[in-house]
Amino acid sequence: MKKLSYMAVAGVTALTLAGVASPALSKVEGDTIILGSSISLTGKYATNGLHTQRGYDYAAKVINEAGGVKVGGKSYKLAIKYYDDESTPARGAQLAERLIQQDGVEFMLGPYSSGMTKAIAPVSEKFGVPMVEAEGASRSLFTQGYKYLFAVLSTSEQYLASAVELAAAEREKNFRKPSEIRVAMAFEGDPFSMDVRAGVVDKINEYGMKIVIDDQLPADLSDMSTTLTKVKALRPDILIISGHSKGAATAARQIDEMKVNVPMIAMTHCEAAKVQEKFPNASTGILCPTQWVETLSKSDPMFGSAADWNAGFKKEYPSYTSVPYQSAQASAAVYVWKEGFEAANSFDKDAVRDAISAVQMETFYGDIKFSEAGNNIAKPMFMRQIGADGSYSLVENFGDMTFPRNVTY
Amino acid sequence: MLDNLQLLFVWAPIINVQVILEGIFVGAVFALSAYGLALVWGVMNIKNLAQGDFVIMGGYMSLTLSQANVPLPLILLIVISTMFVYGWVVYVGMIRRIIDQDMFVSLLATFGLSLLMQQVMNLIYGPEVQTIDLHMPNWDYFDNMVTVPSSKVLSLILAGAIAFAVVLFMKKSRTGQAIRATAQDPRAARVMGIDTDRVYAITFAFNSALCGAAGVLVSIIWVIQPFYGITYSVRSFAIVTAAGLGNLPGVIGAAFGIGLVEKYTGVIIGTAYEVAAPVSMLVLVLIWRQMSMRRNRQVLR
Repeated sequence: MKKLSYMAVAGVTALTLAGVASPALSKVEGDTIILGSSISLTGKYATNGLHTQRGYDYAAKVINEAGGVKVGGKSYKLAIKYYDDESTPARGAQLAERLIQQDGVEFMLGPYSSGMTKAIAPVSEKFGVPMVEAEGASRSLFTQGYKYLFAVLSTSEQYLASAVELAAAEREKNFRKPSEIRVAMAFEGDPFSMDVRAGVVDKINEYGMKIVIDDQLPADLSDMSTTLTKVKALRPDILIISGHSKGAATAARQIDEMKVNVPMIAMTHCEAAKVQEKFPNASTGILCPTQWVETLSKSDPMFGSAADWNAGFKKEYPSYTSVPYQSAQASAAVYVWKEGFEAANSFDKDAVRDAISAVQMETFYGDIKFSEAGNNIAKPMFMRQIGADGSYSLVENFGDMTFPRNVTY
Repeated sequence: MLDNLQLLFVWAPIINVQVILEGIFVGAVFALSAYGLALVWGVMNIKNLAQGDFVIMGGYMSLTLSQANVPLPLILLIVISTMFVYGWVVYVGMIRRIIDQDMFVSLLATFGLSLLMQQVMNLIYGPEVQTIDLHMPNWDYFDNMVTVPSSKVLSLILAGAIAFAVVLFMKKSRTGQAIRATAQDPRAARVMGIDTDRVYAITFAFNSALCGAAGVLVSIIWVIQPFYGITYSVRSFAIVTAAGLGNLPGVIGAAFGIGLVEKYTGVIIGTAYEVAAPVSMLVLVLIWRQMSMRRNRQVLR
């Protein structure tokens, strides 16, 4: 018994020593700055996790080739340490602790998805490690008072709000009241889609429009024919859907099958669900929000214009025919780190944190300026419409769009 | 909710036709996987929690084949036979070892199998939803208020044909008779010279083939995703519990019933509650049964 307790004491002491000794090892090793990220390379977010990782890697490569990050008159290279979080939040939080405590990482890049970011943000916050994330859009991430969390992307309540504005613009153009508009909505019950819904409902209330259908979609959606049956009976002026890729795929499939004729349809995740490729006819005229477009007229000295970044990324990863915006925003997050280090001119994590929060820059991804809460308030969401020829065209105001949807089933 | 009731019965009663049709299409697919479950449950007393994942696996096989431009009848044939073999392998590798164990072992083992299958499908096909578009015409009636996709009609016909073949097989063939005999009394069946181990293997493989067929139908009329199996498992369990084991007409009736309840719930309360409908219906059936059995028990007291 006594022997056992000695061993236990020895074990605890050894562990404590290891815990104390290992940090301060590797935030900066030689001339390399190490950023850490827990990212989903397996599990349900694997596809988008990979898009994100490639965005990070591409940005690090371009920055390193252009001379790296200059701090205190010396050039440093960027390197990123990844762990696979298997798309599970608990694992993500665990790995974030491991990155910070065992690997001594003091600068973090975000994981993929709002859910994973929600799991990891409390950890980086606890240790006072700044995290620049590019893939968590949920509004609720920025209402917790986190000081060390920064996001380059637009928050989720902005995703479909502009579709409501476009519908209102159509009425105003024809000298009628936007309040006549009848809206049908179908949203999944997860945090992201609920945020999107909140943004839409705010706009609807602002214009005094009427909601005629307000359905919730299940998490394992494979059939929404009942919602669409009601849509056909009630003939709303606009149909708004958000339920990740499965929502978009199911909706497009059944809009086609059921010959749904609504003059305006807006949904999230069109590109991810490959709606246009799979249902070219039914998807004509559908409005899709996106964080970034490669035709955007923004540029920066590092990556050039949006089109330059797009071309460079495609050259690095030739398997892409069209580049997902997830990769673009991931690159932008790495770029923010470079700016942060150079502005702070130090590797003190609090100094770098303050420098990042003061960042104000134009990038190929759009303008970046963080609010108190850490979300990017300088970049709008973009709306694109799928054309009859399968192209996505940018819709900045009502004049740019085809109205009503011109589909014959 | 009141609005929706009004819509159904006052403003646009014609959409009832659409809702009923959808319920029938859904029910036909459920009936296949539920009957497979009823067989395995009744014959071997195995509650297969991986039932839905067998369905999704069939769906993914059909997706792969259709991408290789294999025609639908051939897809159905290949999937059914491959799934039959797969079922046999699973039986030999796993089910045979747990068949004499208690209920929890079979639940745990099949749950493990379910997780394994989900993750393997996720690794191979990725987490995105997939679908097969057969480019078949969609018919519309009553000024486009009712649309009938011909792919769904086709799946209904196929489901009917498969169910009919199953009935014939169970009634007429020697193997079918052996399966029924084993279900009634395995010991007596063994005494009469039936190789029950082989019957179990055939039953499980047969169930897997039925699920595969259901999977093909699912992939041509809805969408599939590696983690969607659970909804088919839940519905199969609800249907079998409501209908009783080894009762094909009962299973088909319950499947259509659940399809209709689901679709009406979807219209009246909302799409999110569709899957809740079969479960709540199951609770009602169980309560009703309990009450009617209690009446009988009181006579005994």
